[in-house]
Amino acid sequence: MTLPSAETVATSPEAVAQHLAASRYLADESLSTAIFLAIRLGKPLLLEGAPGVGKTEAAKAIAELLGRDLVRLQCYEGIDAAHALYEWNYQRQLLAIRHAGEHEIDIYDDRFLIARPLLQVLKAPEQRVLLVDEIDRSDHEFEALLLEFLSDFQISIPERGTIRATAQPIVILTSNRTRELAEALRRRCVYHWIGYPDAEREAAIIMLRAGDVAEATARAVAAAVQSIRARPLAKPPGIAEAVEWANAATILEKGGSPWPEAFRRAIGVLIKDEEDLSYIAPELGRIVEEALA
Amino acid sequence: MRALPRAATPLLGFGRLLRRYGFAIAPEQVSGFMQAVTLLGPRSMADIREAALATLAPPPDRRDEFEAHFQNHFYGNTSAVVEGDADEETRIKDDGGASQEQIEVISQQEGGELSSGAEQLSTRDFQRDDDGLAAFRRKLASALPARRSFRTVRTHSRGKLDLRRSLREIVSADGDVPSPLLRRRQTVPRKLLILIDVSGSMKLHTADYLKLAHAAVQGADRAEIFTFGTRLTRITSALRIRDRDQALARAAAQVDDWDGGTRMGPTLLAFLSVPRFSAFSRGAAIVILSDALERGDHAELETAMRRLSARAFRLSLATPLAGDPRFRPATAALRAILPDLDDLVDGSSLAGLTDFILSLARPAPAAATIWKGVS
Repeated sequence: MTLPSAETVATSPEAVAQHLAASRYLADESLSTAIFLAIRLGKPLLLEGAPGVGKTEAAKAIAELLGRDLVRLQCYEGIDAAHALYEWNYQRQLLAIRHAGEHEIDIYDDRFLIARPLLQVLKAPEQRVLLVDEIDRSDHEFEALLLEFLSDFQISIPERGTIRATAQPIVILTSNRTRELAEALRRRCVYHWIGYPDAEREAAIIMLRAGDVAEATARAVAAAVQSIRARPLAKPPGIAEAVEWANAATILEKGGSPWPEAFRRAIGVLIKDEEDLSYIAPELGRIVEEALA
Repeated sequence: MRALPRAATPLLGFGRLLRRYGFAIAPEQVSGFMQAVTLLGPRSMADIREAALATLAPPPDRRDEFEAHFQNHFYGNTSAVVEGDADEETRIKDDGGASQEQIEVISQQEGGELSSGAEQLSTRDFQRDDDGLAAFRRKLASALPARRSFRTVRTHSRGKLDLRRSLREIVSADGDVPSPLLRRRQTVPRKLLILIDVSGSMKLHTADYLKLAHAAVQGADRAEIFTFGTRLTRITSALRIRDRDQALARAAAQVDDWDGGTRMGPTLLAFLSVPRFSAFSRGAAIVILSDALERGDHAELETAMRRLSARAFRLSLATPLAGDPRFRPATAALRAILPDLDDLVDGSSLAGLTDFILSLARPAPAAATIWKGVS
């Protein structure tokens, strides 16, 4: 099977948006432009935004749009080269040495090499998309390592020599902005800040993502969530939570709760902080009624 | 080499304009911008705007400013000045991405509130304090409370077997088993968060506190400094400048609410509502330098302190009022927040304060226990 090349899929920002919508992801004009530019300029795409606005989902949709596999590298404090680049399978090497006895054996053969996400992508840049998720959680050292990888797309393995990508891989980075990323990293990327969508778009997203939610419900949820986000909460609800809320309320309604009541009882999937809950509880009835009106 | 087409000149000029206003724009970003515009057509001004946003990457908190410059440059619309709306919301200022080019411009500014703030900084300059601060800076990194990191370090004793490295040794020794190698989990210093009250009632002390904050930023790997009065301002990036006078002048210029009133509760809540700020407070040693004289209702202050204390490793309040031996936590606000505090200490002298911060790693009885005895 031959995959469509990136250029033929991404002919214009509108084409990208259409393809994304086919993968059940609604991108606004700004995001689809950024994706289009990242693909065509051959630069990594850096997506920043609050938790739950669909950064990771965007990466999944891009992989689907290009018909490629998504290789995900989840960052955390203390991640290092052995987790991101490659690792030798020592146990297997030892066994092989035992087994070989008098014979000569190359213990740096491919079968002893465990490819980690970055190497996996490098080996097949045209079949895979790399997602470096939550890069703000990693430490500065790892950011520097990644910077080197992103500029040359090559990895040096002392025992094997340098492995280069045959084509420019597509890379997506996401960050929750819990700390500032290095300027050098931002500079090298096409950048997009994903904000919360407006009520109309959010309703459309809920319709697309949730199981079977009536349009009126989706609109009401979107309006209520907008109004909840405007309050000073410790953790404002993301889009994913809004979708869950619409789902949960629909299930409760089918179970026999009337509408405003169903929304109120399902609030636990939208707001997951005890203090926020007690803050919003007295106003919730009014917010839901206004949204339903 | 091909000459650039005439139409590209405004694009180049826009990059230069942004740089002049302290956006960090690299040459490769400008060329990326021009490539992007070519790729997109451009069919409309909207395309140019999208290309600029994607390639020049303005920090999200300076987005409005960026938009205004864009309007100004490409539409010649000079009336689109960035003007913050003065509403009830607590305003947050974070100058993370600004480059150092701004320093000169700011140090030339004279008159008005800014210079009064700057003057104050230079009045109380005692040699003794300086020596104390230099020592504080040297000791800070090793004195901060530590936590165990996910990362491990090699060790020769008191560790667990490092299987991966040992096996690698064995492979390179062709199957011989040399002495096993050990590893241990590393300890890293916790984050230090200092929140400085710059309201009128703290006027005498803010200059000292800023010096302390500068020493803390220079000494510790991960320290964040905020000032609060009626607004919340992040001044960490200004204090990263090594030269103290320059750093303090820059920080002084960033703070807009010098010697004003206090809205401690709302500003602290504003701090907590920005995810990346509140993420910084998680597991951190938080030191609040304030007299906690909250005007009016203290319910918000109580909520904010409870949330902070739930996130923090240790929450301390240093108040200059406690320098008086007759001081008791008697105000309604202080009594309400006392159960949430790990320490309530004297913040009137720089020496006492540096000693206290250096002792944060050592356990101490909770503030409520200490002050119950005396009141």
